[in-house]
Amino acid sequence: MKLLVCISKAPDTTSKIAFTDNNTKFDENGVQYIVNPYDEWYALVRALELVEAKGGTVTTITVGTSADDATIRKALAIGANDAVRIDTEAKDAYYVAKQIAEYAKDKGYDIVLTGKETINYNGAQIGGMIAELLDMPYVSLAEKLDVDGDTAKLERDVLGGTEVVEVKLPFALSAAKGMAEQRIPNMRGIMAARKKPLQVVPPVDVEPLTEVISYEMPPAKSACKYIDPDNMDELVELLHNEAKVI
Amino acid sequence: MSVLVFVESKHGKVSKAGFQAVTYGSKIGEVTAVTFGDVDPSVLGEYGAKKVLLHKGLKEANDQQSTRLVVEAVKETGADIIVFSKDQAGKAIASRVSAALEAGLASGAIALPVTDNGFVVKTNVFSGKAFANVKIKTDKKIISLIPNSFPAEKVGGTAEIVEVSYDLGEAGVKVLELKTQGEGVPLPEAEIVVSGGRGLKGPENWWMIEDLAKTLGAATACSRPVADIGWRPHHEHVGQTGLAIRPNLYIAAGISGAIQHLAGVNGSKTIVVINTDPEAPFFKAADYGVVGDAFEVLPKLNEAVKKFKANQ
Ligand SMILES: Cc1cc2nc3c(=O)[nH]c(=O)nc-3n(C[C@H](O)[C@H](O)[C@H](O)COP(=O)(O)OP(=O)(O)OC[C@H]3O[C@@H](n4cnc5c(N)ncnc54)[C@H](O)[C@@H]3O)c2cc1C
Ligand SMILES: Nc1ncnc2c1ncn2[C@@H]1O[C@H](COP(=O)(O)O)[C@@H](O)[C@H]1O
Repeated sequence: MKLLVCISKAPDTTSKIAFTDNNTKFDENGVQYIVNPYDEWYALVRALELVEAKGGTVTTITVGTSADDATIRKALAIGANDAVRIDTEAKDAYYVAKQIAEYAKDKGYDIVLTGKETINYNGAQIGGMIAELLDMPYVSLAEKLDVDGDTAKLERDVLGGTEVVEVKLPFALSAAKGMAEQRIPNMRGIMAARKKPLQVVPPVDVEPLTEVISYEMPPAKSACKYIDPDNMDELVELLHNEAKVI
Repeated sequence: MSVLVFVESKHGKVSKAGFQAVTYGSKIGEVTAVTFGDVDPSVLGEYGAKKVLLHKGLKEANDQQSTRLVVEAVKETGADIIVFSKDQAGKAIASRVSAALEAGLASGAIALPVTDNGFVVKTNVFSGKAFANVKIKTDKKIISLIPNSFPAEKVGGTAEIVEVSYDLGEAGVKVLELKTQGEGVPLPEAEIVVSGGRGLKGPENWWMIEDLAKTLGAATACSRPVADIGWRPHHEHVGQTGLAIRPNLYIAAGISGAIQHLAGVNGSKTIVVINTDPEAPFFKAADYGVVGDAFEVLPKLNEAVKKFKANQ
């Protein structure tokens, strides 16, 4: 099996969110980057488990600059066989998806795995776009994945429940919680990762379709009103008359 | 401006998030809704749709066929703007349609587009900790709207219903089974949510959360460790790595309010926090706080709500 896992970097979940340059750029000052948790914990680890059980290779792909190499090495340390970086800044979701689709289109990957969303942009766009560009079925929000021959069986999150679905290879998916357990890379993995191939390829020409023109912080919350634990009637009264939510 | 709104249907009903998306679309221009399955979509007229394209042959929100449905509907109506609800199905279909039409997608909108300098949509980013103003640069524009960020409004019109029978090609994904989460309101659609964390000590104490939820007609949720240890099912886990929700009222008991938890609930209109520790970070994000033991406060609150409901 030939698996391709799309990996992006994301600010650590505890990062302070602030913007610079007149609110047009994310303030990277003091920010630690990690592998986007959905890509690492779920997509990558499940891909590795499948290949360990059934044979094959796991390649990671990232659209980014050399600033992304540290997160790519982490994915290699966890166990991916090799990595590809498309050497350009990620301009928008379509731009990224098109780069990945152009690279992948004639390489015969059986499954293209993405994360459910990046935790900075929360777009949940790229997996579906890649699937459309490669004309593949797409199983979004997959929580379980098993492969038997040329058929995969998955469970995915849908409104009000879980759907069990079947799909023929090749296809694309987005991975959500439940698909695998986080793996911590060991010393051997980290050493081996240094020698694994990281191929840097030039981007293709693509016009982004969207552009972030500015960022805003949400309005500050007004201070919390404290209510005596023995006076729940007051809380109910406030929820009814002041907040108007019950 | 001609607006096309994709509305999902399930079990013979059009989705509630679909009403919100139709209301949203009708503030931008003249709405044609497109939906599918064995449904009576006339209700969409009440929310402002002038026309509904109904494809009876499609039975479920299969992403490849739904994408073809929307692409055909765009051709037929010449719509400039296409609106989706950013729920489970909408996410996947919106991104496919964006690639198919090479039309820019503003994902996770929380407000109407602003058009004095191009076409700019405010979207949720950094798990609700910030907003990005996204400019769509293509002629056709796609917006996916975060559920519960825009209220559905009944305007009492009627829609012309037109059955369509476009060829939608193959469904690559075959549904074998649907496991429902039982009765009760699905969490993403709930207007009130009662949630518990590790402070509740064990699954045997969840009756306090469930009783209050029942009295309020609410859905139940939990923090991540609670789902991880198996006290509660995974689909109840809210936060950065779980579900992001925006109910009108979120009641959190025994949850510390870690930044990753807040990321999934900070879009709630009103937040009530019950915690023994006055220093718990959640109080900073709360509208109403009760410093106290959940084991005492939750039953008291339940009684108070019951009394209030009885007097209504
Ligand atoms: C990458 C990453 C992603 C994460 N994603 C998520 C996520 O999506 N969702 C999520 O929830 N967490 C997430 N977490 C975990 C998060 O950091 C916290 O560890 C978690 O939210 C804490 O859960 P808790 O509040 O239930 O438990 P605790 O932090 O243990 O807090 C329990 C609280 O209960 C209070 N308490 C104790 N007894 C009582 C009582 N009798 N009555 C009332 N209050 C009481 C305590 O004062 C305390 O504040 C993530 C962490 C990481 C690193
Ligand atoms: N720059 C990137 N390079 C490679 N894959 C990416 C990149 N950005 C996002 N992805 C993948 O697309 C998924 C969804 O991202 P998004 O649409 O931004 O929420 C992520 O979980 C990754 O798997």
